[in-house]
Amino acid sequence: MAPPEKKVIIKKHPLVIRWAHWINFPVLGIMIWSGLMIYWANDIYRIGWGDKTVLKFFPDSFYSALNLDGRLSDGMALHFFLMWFFFLNGFIYVLYTIISGEWRLLVPNRRSFKEVWQVVLHDLHIIKYEPPSAKYNAAQKIAYTSIIIMGFGSLLTGLSIYKPVQFGWLCAMLGGYEWARIEHFVLTIGYVLFFLVHIIQVIIHGWNNFQAMITGFEIKKGKPVPTPVEVDKPAEEKPANKQQ
Amino acid sequence: MKKKELKEEEITGGSIKRKTLVSFSVFFVLAGLGIGGWVWLNKQDTSDGTLKPLRKVLNVNEKVNNAFFSDNHLVKEYPKSKAEKDVRVNGDVGMGEDYKFENWKLTINRHPESMSPDSVLYLTINDVRSLPYKGIIFDFKCIEGWSQVTNWGGVKFSDFLARYHLGTHSGRAPDPNHPEDLYKYVGLMTPDSAYYVGVDMKSMMHPQTILAYEMNDSVLPVDQGYPVRLIIPIKYGIKSIKRIGYIYFSDTRPKDYWFERGYDYDAAL
Repeated sequence: MAPPEKKVIIKKHPLVIRWAHWINFPVLGIMIWSGLMIYWANDIYRIGWGDKTVLKFFPDSFYSALNLDGRLSDGMALHFFLMWFFFLNGFIYVLYTIISGEWRLLVPNRRSFKEVWQVVLHDLHIIKYEPPSAKYNAAQKIAYTSIIIMGFGSLLTGLSIYKPVQFGWLCAMLGGYEWARIEHFVLTIGYVLFFLVHIIQVIIHGWNNFQAMITGFEIKKGKPVPTPVEVDKPAEEKPANKQQ
Repeated sequence: MKKKELKEEEITGGSIKRKTLVSFSVFFVLAGLGIGGWVWLNKQDTSDGTLKPLRKVLNVNEKVNNAFFSDNHLVKEYPKSKAEKDVRVNGDVGMGEDYKFENWKLTINRHPESMSPDSVLYLTINDVRSLPYKGIIFDFKCIEGWSQVTNWGGVKFSDFLARYHLGTHSGRAPDPNHPEDLYKYVGLMTPDSAYYVGVDMKSMMHPQTILAYEMNDSVLPVDQGYPVRLIIPIKYGIKSIKRIGYIYFSDTRPKDYWFERGYDYDAAL
């Protein structure tokens, strides 16, 4: 009888990171939704100049489509409930990433900033060359590290508009109350844009890549690696080899 | 720098299937719990305008905030040149247009709302004005999200309590050596009782909390709360009640208009 077929798996995402990822998904989603309920009460941001408005945040149809209008108190209650989960989950993720050494696969280095353009051009099918990638390529390293820094930014800007007197020093550091509110808003728009690109990339890169965020491993493509030759050698030679 | 690489492992197709099944089962169970939790939350009864579990969390948040609260955290003050001339008017509850201002007096109960006649004190605007003047120009913040630098004048609420021996169980002037003698809350209402707020005593005793009778160095306009309003810079504007008719003291939370409509009680900044 033939021995069972062997395959090689690549252990990609540790358990803690998978949990943090999937907890963050609904938490950040509802944080954004409730944040929009709060923003609705004073929705003054727009892109434009003088009297000309190119993009208003947001049109009335947007609010009614997402059931956001007239719900300031609902938004605040939800926001100040989920903020604890957002903070704790992020804290555990960062702590784990540092302690486990996982950050080495994540944090970009000088080369990443050179390679990132090659990754973008490759992904857009403009060049054939694909820059090297350990766990993440240069663009992923920069994106995933940025999103963590953005999370930290949301925490600080959020805290400074939540308690601008008790955290007056923080609020002042961020440019004052009005600026902190703008920064908090811009970061949120950043998450939404990240999310769109992230979803498109996940769809493009297929099932094996996606399921790794649930199972933790990817199945290595191609034929299984042939059994190493050394195993066939007489067993007693091995220790001797090691001592050389 | 040490290089970290992904580990590889050789396993059978069968155990890949098993591992995948386990992971996805856990994933779907958790997703189900998450969705179930959300549905459960939204089915809960409301307590003062917000879902009960969320109300509980708001109350816990207030305890956390109070633990960190410090009187030393003052609101930033601005020069007169920064003060807005066109001051925004927000909210007209309790500001009935047919109010007879000649009947106005400040009615104060030294104790909780259940008034016994001998604990009631009536004051005129001159009684308020007789105290040392305190002006403040600060960034007034509305819970809606806007803010405006505005200029107010009046008297410190702490001076007011000291002068008229208010806010204590004993009926003496507040004494920093006997904090237990202070009532925990102050309740304030418009003359028609349509708008009402409750504020914790610590915040009322804050050195920047004033009973204001001036705005931009002139008499308070009617739509800004003539003859006297509260200006409490360490809270959202919803607590800065206009046209104060009644003041009383209590050890339990006085009723509060916006609290009843789903907001947190403290509205602290």
